[in-house]
Amino acid sequence: MCRLAMKTASETFSPFTVLEAMESMQEGYDGSGLGLLLRGLEFSDYKYQAGDPILSGIAHTPEALHRLNAIMDGKGFELKYDHEFEVKRSMIEAQDRHKYVLRVYAQPKAWDSFSKDEVEGELMMTRIGLRLDGAAHGDDLTAFSLWPDVAMIKEVGWPLEIGQAFGLNNDRIKSRICFAQGRQNTNYGINLYACHPFFIQGVATMTNGENTAFVPIMDWLSGKSFPGYMGYQSDSEVFAHILHYVTKQLKLPLQAYKHVMTPLNNKELAAHPQGDFLLGLRNVCRRLIIDGPNAVIGSLPDETCLLVMDAKKLRPATVGGKPGEWAVASEICGVDAMIPDRDRSKDFQPMREHTVIIPPDRQELEIWSQFDQFPLVQAA
Amino acid sequence: MVSIRSIPSRPGSLSPNDLPWIIQHREDRCTLCGKCAAVCPVNTLKLTYMRKRMPKIVLNSSERGSSFKTFVGIRQNTDVGRRCIGCGSCAMVCPNEAIGPVFNENDRYRFQATAGGDATKRGGRRNEPGGSLLDRIIFNRISMLTDPALDAGRHEFAYNTLLGRVLPPEEYVRRKLSGEWIPPVREIFPFIIGSMSFGALSPNMWLGLLQGVAYCNEVLGIPVVMATGEGGCPPWVLRSPFLKYIILQVASGYFGWDEIIRAIPEMQCDPAAIEIKYGQGAKPGDGGLLMWFKVSKLIARLRGVPEGVDLPSPPVHQTLYSIEESVMKMIQSMSMAWNFKVPVYPKISGSTSAKSVLNNLVRNPYASALMIDGIDGGTGAAYDISLNATGHPIASNVRDCYLDLCKQGKQNEIPIFAAGGVGKNGNVVQNALALIMLGASGVHMGKFIMQSAAGCLGSEKNRCNVCNVGICPKGITSQNPKIYRRLDPDDVAHRLVETFQAIQVEVKKVMAPLGRSQSLPIGMSDALGIADKDAADRLNIRYVC
Repeated sequence: MCRLAMKTASETFSPFTVLEAMESMQEGYDGSGLGLLLRGLEFSDYKYQAGDPILSGIAHTPEALHRLNAIMDGKGFELKYDHEFEVKRSMIEAQDRHKYVLRVYAQPKAWDSFSKDEVEGELMMTRIGLRLDGAAHGDDLTAFSLWPDVAMIKEVGWPLEIGQAFGLNNDRIKSRICFAQGRQNTNYGINLYACHPFFIQGVATMTNGENTAFVPIMDWLSGKSFPGYMGYQSDSEVFAHILHYVTKQLKLPLQAYKHVMTPLNNKELAAHPQGDFLLGLRNVCRRLIIDGPNAVIGSLPDETCLLVMDAKKLRPATVGGKPGEWAVASEICGVDAMIPDRDRSKDFQPMREHTVIIPPDRQELEIWSQFDQFPLVQAA
Repeated sequence: MVSIRSIPSRPGSLSPNDLPWIIQHREDRCTLCGKCAAVCPVNTLKLTYMRKRMPKIVLNSSERGSSFKTFVGIRQNTDVGRRCIGCGSCAMVCPNEAIGPVFNENDRYRFQATAGGDATKRGGRRNEPGGSLLDRIIFNRISMLTDPALDAGRHEFAYNTLLGRVLPPEEYVRRKLSGEWIPPVREIFPFIIGSMSFGALSPNMWLGLLQGVAYCNEVLGIPVVMATGEGGCPPWVLRSPFLKYIILQVASGYFGWDEIIRAIPEMQCDPAAIEIKYGQGAKPGDGGLLMWFKVSKLIARLRGVPEGVDLPSPPVHQTLYSIEESVMKMIQSMSMAWNFKVPVYPKISGSTSAKSVLNNLVRNPYASALMIDGIDGGTGAAYDISLNATGHPIASNVRDCYLDLCKQGKQNEIPIFAAGGVGKNGNVVQNALALIMLGASGVHMGKFIMQSAAGCLGSEKNRCNVCNVGICPKGITSQNPKIYRRLDPDDVAHRLVETFQAIQVEVKKVMAPLGRSQSLPIGMSDALGIADKDAADRLNIRYVC
C-alpha cells in the first residue's frame, strides 16, 4: 500500500512541503519509489510562458540525451529553458542517471495550424515516441510527461531524501499543485514507470491500494487502439486512463468518472433521476469497474483536483484546508502536515458515493454524490 | 467332453461377466419381494427357478450322497438390449440391500452393441471418467498482506452478468443523446440452465425447473434464466409472466415455433432471449433428436407432429444458403419478431472455426452473444461416436475467442457463453469461474442441473444414459406418465433453489480471496493457474506447481 499527499493552493508553494507531509506518513511506504507531479509551475530563474510544453524524464546515458535532443529537434521543438537540478548524487541509489530532464520547449511552428485535439495528440505521440525509443535502447531514456505547465519527477528511494537530493527545498521550483506518492512496492517490479502519479494528456492520478480488476481493465483499454493506453507497469495506471477516457474520449462531465468506476447498484439506480442513462453507462463501461481498495486522487488540465474512493472504501483518504489552500492525503496526519492551520472539524472523508472536487478557484470543496442528479441534462 | 454344438455360444453371445454392469445379488438377504424386478427400467432382472445340490454327509456313517433343492433366484439378462445399465434402481428399492449393480472394467458388450447394423446411440454424456481440465484450474491470485482478502459472508458482491449486445461507450452516449435504438441487454445470473427441451425432459422435470427458477427470481432475487432447447414450451407458459425467465430456442427442426408465433400477440412479457441453435457440443454436425419413444400426445401437440415418430432435426437450417446469411437473416428476423427488444444469439458447437463465427457476429449489429458448447456437453440422444470423439474442448475455444475480441477491443460488446462439461464432476463453480476468468461471460449447465436438482443417475462410466429411449428411472427424461410421476416437481424446484443458493455461496468464496466483489471477474486470467505447462501456455495463464 502506498501513501499519497496532494496540495493545491492559489499561491505557489515548494514541493518540499508535500514531501514533509509524506514523512509524517512514512509507516506506509518502503522506499521503493517517489513520484511527484507539479502543475501551475513557477521557476525562480525563468519566467514560464503559459502553453509551452514541458518535458519531464530521465536520460540515463549521454547517448540517450543525444537521441532525445535529436527527436525533439526533428519534431521542431525549440528549447527555451533547461532546468538543471542541483542533484546530490550520493543521496540517490540509482547510478545510471545521466540527466534529469525538465525542459521547457516552444511548440513546433508546424503545429500552429493544428486544432487543440491534434496538438494534444502530437504531444502525447512525442512522449510515447521518446518512451519507445528508450525501450528500444535498453530503457536508457524515460519520459514521464510532455505537457504545458506540468513537471514530473520519479525516482527510487525515500521521499524526503529524494527531495533533498534534488534540492527541492531551495525554492527554485514552486507550483500551485503538487502530487506526491511514496511507493510500497507490491506485485510489480521496481520500475520508474510504475511509480505514481500517472499522466496522460494533462490528466493525472495517483492511487493507493491494489486494483484487483487490473487485468480485465487493462485488456479493455489496450483494445481501444488509443496509443496512450499503454505501459501498465502498475495496476493503478488504469485509473488515470479511465479518467482520460471518460472526460476526453466520452466527453462526459467529471462526475461520470465515479459512475463508471463504481456504478450504483440496481436498487439505487432505480431510484436515481437518471437511472436509465446510468444503467446503460454501467453496462457499456462494465470492463472499467474497479475493484479496490483504492483512494484515487486526480487532477485535470484546468487545475481541478478530485478525490474518489472505491466502492468498498477500505482505503480512506481525507481532504481538508481552507479557501485558497486544500490538501488531500491518505492519512489525516498528512493533511495536518500540509495545512496545520485549518479548521479540522471541516475535514472530510468521502464515502463510497462521493466525488470531492476542488475547482480551480480553490474557494470551496464540491462534494458531489452519485445519488445526486447527473449534470448532463441532454443525456438524461 | 461335451460337443461343440451343445455350448450355447455365438459371436454375439455374452455372459453376465461380459456386461458393463454386473448385478450382485445376495440370496441370504433377498425376501423375494420382487420390487427390483418391477422397477428395473430395462427388464434385465429375471426371476427364475434354479436348482442346487446339497451334499449329504452323515458323520457316524459311511453313507454319502446329495439332495437337490429348488429355489427362486435372480438372473441377469445378457441380451444387448436388456443389459443392466447400472442405474441402481434395484438397489434403491430393495428393502434389505440384497441387490445392486457393480461396474465391470472388462466388459465385452461394447463390441457387440451394434446389433442390427446401427451404431450405438444413447443419451447422457461423453464417457470420459476422471478430472477434466477445468477441474485442474485453480485460483491463485490471493489478496494477502498488500491488500486484505474480503469477507465472503459480510461483503456485498455483484456477480451478475449481461446477456445482450453492448454498445461501445462512445456509441452508447451518441445514441442516447439522439434517442436512437439501444440493443436490449439482460442482467442475469451467470449460471444458466442450459437448453433441455420440453420433450427431452419430462413435464414434471421441466415444470419443476421453471418453478425453481421463478422462486430464485421472485423470492431470492437471483436472476436465474433457463433455456428451453428445441421444442417450444407449454402454451400457458408462453402466456405467463414466467416467460421472462426463459430463453426460447429455435433450431433446425423449428419444432414448437408454431405455438410460439401464435402466442406472441398474447405474451405478457418478452422472453429472456432467443437462442438460435446451429450446433451442440455433444453431437456437432447433428440436429436434435427426439426418439419416437418420447413423442407422446402432449409433445406431438406442442411440436405439431404425429405421435410416436422419430423427430430428427436436420444438421443445418435448411432454408439458408450460407452461415453468414443464416446468422444475418435469422438474428434479424427474430429480433424483429419481438420489436428489437429481445437479445438474439446463436449457439454453436465448440469448433476450431468458432472464431470465424464470432467475427461474423461482431459485424452484425443485432447479434447479442455467442454461446459455445464444448465436447463435454450432454444430450438426450446421440451416437456414441459423436458424444465421445466429436467436438472441441471448451476451455481453449473460449479463450481463443475472448483474446480475439480483446485484440479488437470488443470483449464487452459480444458476451461469450460457455458450456460443455461445466460441473461434470460436481465442481460446478470451480469450472464456471475458470471459464469466466478465461473470458466467458457466463456458463450454461444441463447435466449438472439434472444431477443436482433431480438426482440424474448418469455418469461418465456409461451408467444409465438411457435418456434417448424414455425409460429414465428417475422420471427426468421420460414422457411416460407411469415413470415421470416418480418425480415430484416441488422436489425438483426445492433442490434447484438449494443448488443456486450453494452456487452463490461458492462464487463468493472464490471472489472474496481474489479481492473481487464489484463485478464478475470476466477475463481475470491473472487469477488462474494450472500445474500443466502445456495447458498453461495454451490458455495463456500461469503455470504453477
